[in-house]
Amino acid sequence: MTRITLTVDGAQVSDDVEPRLLLVQYLRERLGKTGTVIGCDTSNCGACTVHLNGTSVKSCNVLAVQADGSEVTTVEGLAQDGQLHPVQEAFRECHGLQCGYCTPGMIMQSIDLLNTNPNPSEAEIREGLEGNLCRCTGYHNIVRAVQHAAGQGAPS
Amino acid sequence: MTATEVENEIGRDRRRKEDQRLITGRTRWTDNIVLPGMLHLAMVRSPFAHATITSIDTSAAKAAPNVVTVLTGADFGEELGVCINAWPITPDQVTPGHSPMPSDRVAFAGEIVAVVVARSAAEARDAAELVDVEYDELPAALDLKKAAADEVIAHPDLGTNKSAYWVFDSAEAGTGGNVEDAIAKARTDGIVIEREYRQQRLIPAFMEPRSVVVDPTGEQYVMYSATQIPHIVRFALAATTGVPESKIRVIAPDVGGGFGGKLQVTPEEWIAWAVGRRIGKPVKYTETRSESLVSGHHGRDQWQKLTLAAEKDGTVTGFKVELLADLGAYVAIVGGGVPVLGAFMFNSIYKFPAYHFAVQTVLTNKTWTDAYRGAGRPEATYAIERIMDELAVEVGVDPLVIREKNWIKHEEFPFTTVCGLEYDSGNYEAATEKAKEMFGYDALRAEQQQRREAGDPVQLGIGISTFTEMCGLAPSRVLGSLDYGAGGWEHAAVRMTPLGKVEVVTGASAHGQGHETAFSQIVADRLGVPFEDVEVLHGDTQVAPRGLDTYGSRSLVVGGEAIVRAADKVVEKAKPIAAHLLEASVDDLEFSAGRFSVRGTDQGLGIAEIATAVFTAHNLPDGVEPTLDSDAAFDPTSFSFPHGTHLCAMEVDTETGALNMRKYVCVDDIGTIINPLIVAGQVHGGLVQGIAQALWEEAVYDDSGTLVSGSFVDYLLPTAADTITFDIDHTTSPSTTNSLGTKGVGEAGTIASTPAVVNAVVDAVRQFGVNDIQMPCTPERVWRAIQTGGKGGATTEAAMPHFDEGEGS
Repeated sequence: MTRITLTVDGAQVSDDVEPRLLLVQYLRERLGKTGTVIGCDTSNCGACTVHLNGTSVKSCNVLAVQADGSEVTTVEGLAQDGQLHPVQEAFRECHGLQCGYCTPGMIMQSIDLLNTNPNPSEAEIREGLEGNLCRCTGYHNIVRAVQHAAGQGAPS
Repeated sequence: MTATEVENEIGRDRRRKEDQRLITGRTRWTDNIVLPGMLHLAMVRSPFAHATITSIDTSAAKAAPNVVTVLTGADFGEELGVCINAWPITPDQVTPGHSPMPSDRVAFAGEIVAVVVARSAAEARDAAELVDVEYDELPAALDLKKAAADEVIAHPDLGTNKSAYWVFDSAEAGTGGNVEDAIAKARTDGIVIEREYRQQRLIPAFMEPRSVVVDPTGEQYVMYSATQIPHIVRFALAATTGVPESKIRVIAPDVGGGFGGKLQVTPEEWIAWAVGRRIGKPVKYTETRSESLVSGHHGRDQWQKLTLAAEKDGTVTGFKVELLADLGAYVAIVGGGVPVLGAFMFNSIYKFPAYHFAVQTVLTNKTWTDAYRGAGRPEATYAIERIMDELAVEVGVDPLVIREKNWIKHEEFPFTTVCGLEYDSGNYEAATEKAKEMFGYDALRAEQQQRREAGDPVQLGIGISTFTEMCGLAPSRVLGSLDYGAGGWEHAAVRMTPLGKVEVVTGASAHGQGHETAFSQIVADRLGVPFEDVEVLHGDTQVAPRGLDTYGSRSLVVGGEAIVRAADKVVEKAKPIAAHLLEASVDDLEFSAGRFSVRGTDQGLGIAEIATAVFTAHNLPDGVEPTLDSDAAFDPTSFSFPHGTHLCAMEVDTETGALNMRKYVCVDDIGTIINPLIVAGQVHGGLVQGIAQALWEEAVYDDSGTLVSGSFVDYLLPTAADTITFDIDHTTSPSTTNSLGTKGVGEAGTIASTPAVVNAVVDAVRQFGVNDIQMPCTPERVWRAIQTGGKGGATTEAAMPHFDEGEGS
């Protein structure tokens, strides 16, 4: 067991963990942060995407011990004082989700994408979300949600 | 109080009620559920496609840290139950027994042979590695055609792989002529097109892996499951495990997609049920993605032999369809019913005078197959829309011209087809005209011609699919006549709370469709209450005790109509109470926008006020029960027949085989639209699943029966970077089979898009002598087709292990 201390969604947490424990398992099983979900076992789907020190990572691809001393933000930590993050709002406004299982990862990746490139082209959005799978939306409205969040016009 | 003009909720692009919790992570996926004392399961699965189990040694696993027990099939008796087939398509169907955990023989790679119970999921999985199973490998039936010839038998005790042979013949049914006569005549003085198409095996690949929690610690056993069908699961548990229905509660909490893949009663659910009951503690099992791909049911997997007879001018005179359908190792819950659901759709929107359909369902030693988005109808649509293009080439006309020559004209509705189905409404001319205009059809055809003449290395192809489908499952009598084991009705209840809010209970079970929003809109209009005041309850057999769940694009056209009827009963119950309170005659009351008013006066009462009066019950008319709560069950008299015209432009790099989708336009007629935003989402997602069959996806087995596309590394789901923005629109011919005029939309995009894409690819390279490319149309296969004028080769040759044999140990 290894002692780790980190900040998750603004709160400091400290636990003894097995070295093999994945960050996503730590978030879900130890902290009850079940907003972040697991969709595959090969780091293809991106459903577990969170921010580690402000940058998106697939939390199935990070060991909990690697997050020691870091700041982690999950989909549960985005809304501030009851106000949704603009990207959360955009996903709802543009119907960028159906079953919602990929949505936490998709939102976290979209935020990272817009942090890096605040005014992306459609092609840049599509490439930027390539590591996140969605089976419901055909990506059409996810792309529009990101465009909407970037201030590129109202949804139609 | 003044009556204000209320905007109709039906037709509004309401943002979804569901989204608030989904975008904030406040979700209740089955795997999120944690119960006191809960134990975790891990499955031990067969690595072999077909083998006798000679011994199972669980001692090392039992000794592993925090393992509670390890159980095998032999440890259970009848309480383990069986996985059922609800649709034996013929009386003499050959159906292998399907134990959730066989103790003697495994019939596909991935089948469960033991279950480990431990305090944590990780400890259960670690211990599963220690279960020592000895197998005697048996020859495996893998190739569909060879299996159909009984070369190797998937279940030796059955003596054959042939499960059922099901036929529909229009001459025998009295719904049309004799197809052999039509073909014979066409051979002498007409056109006969003969083709064989492959529907490759697909995997539904819902994003949420299946998960099940069983809680036996109460008077009722509770099962939480990531399922589309909580009511059917409860029925099947009671029917096969001996627990009375009244002691079973099944809950489908938030469910992350299904697409037919969660329309199943699974070995994993049944094993968790048996283990939970045995141990008396809550248990959870959540599959890994790799387990999901190998053990969740697959879809499609057919060979289609087609013979189309036509006159020289392209008027079709007969169509003969002979299918081989791979069931996999067991007959799943719908099983052979999947191709039968397509049997009445090969004639599609056309006026064929003669039709013959036959399907042979076949057992193999592969993962079982069952419904996948469209279930039978994508296969039918693919076959007819591909072969209509071939007929157009033979006649030498534009493929839209050949379709128009044969389709049902809008003034001919209602139209009874060669299959005996009555299409209630439609307008193929209008949808096609609109789609052509949006697409810029003539300009793209001109560009295609230009590129062809210039010998451009990048060629342009235009693909068409003018589809229809039958959905809204379904009239119970029709299902009964087809020997399906259940009905097709749906149930709803509408309740008024004391403070005037509305609770709607539906037997449909959403898993991404947006029922909470769309059903709220329907009830808001019907009762004249605010959209926000309607709460839709579903997905729990204790909350919604009656229902037949969600699949086959049925929730709105069947479930929605049940809600309408229940809401209307609430109004009927409120009316005498309103009359009493207003001291008026019932005959003088009218109900509009949520208010009963006395004609010719300004007196009135809102339905919420009546709900409060009913709650207090201080002043009700004599003999009136103090409740407005009402329920209704709706059984449709017919299916729903959405249709549409889909147009696809594909660029093909003839030097590399690379494909680029340039444009995709569809105009769907789905009748009245409740929520255009939700409809658009259903269409987009449906399109991509159909396009994915055309271009990317295939479940591939190697020659020992191992699924080599057994992870998301190998099973190619499209990403945002693979797909484009679509141009979608609608025409509206309201359905006449439900009062809202709605038609199903959940499967339409998937059903229509596959042939549109393949038609476009073939159209781009037809000048190289290509008239078919086997799906998925990978660049390699397209390139080979151009080189050889063939179909681009089969996948099986490529289905080899990923490592070189000489490499490593």
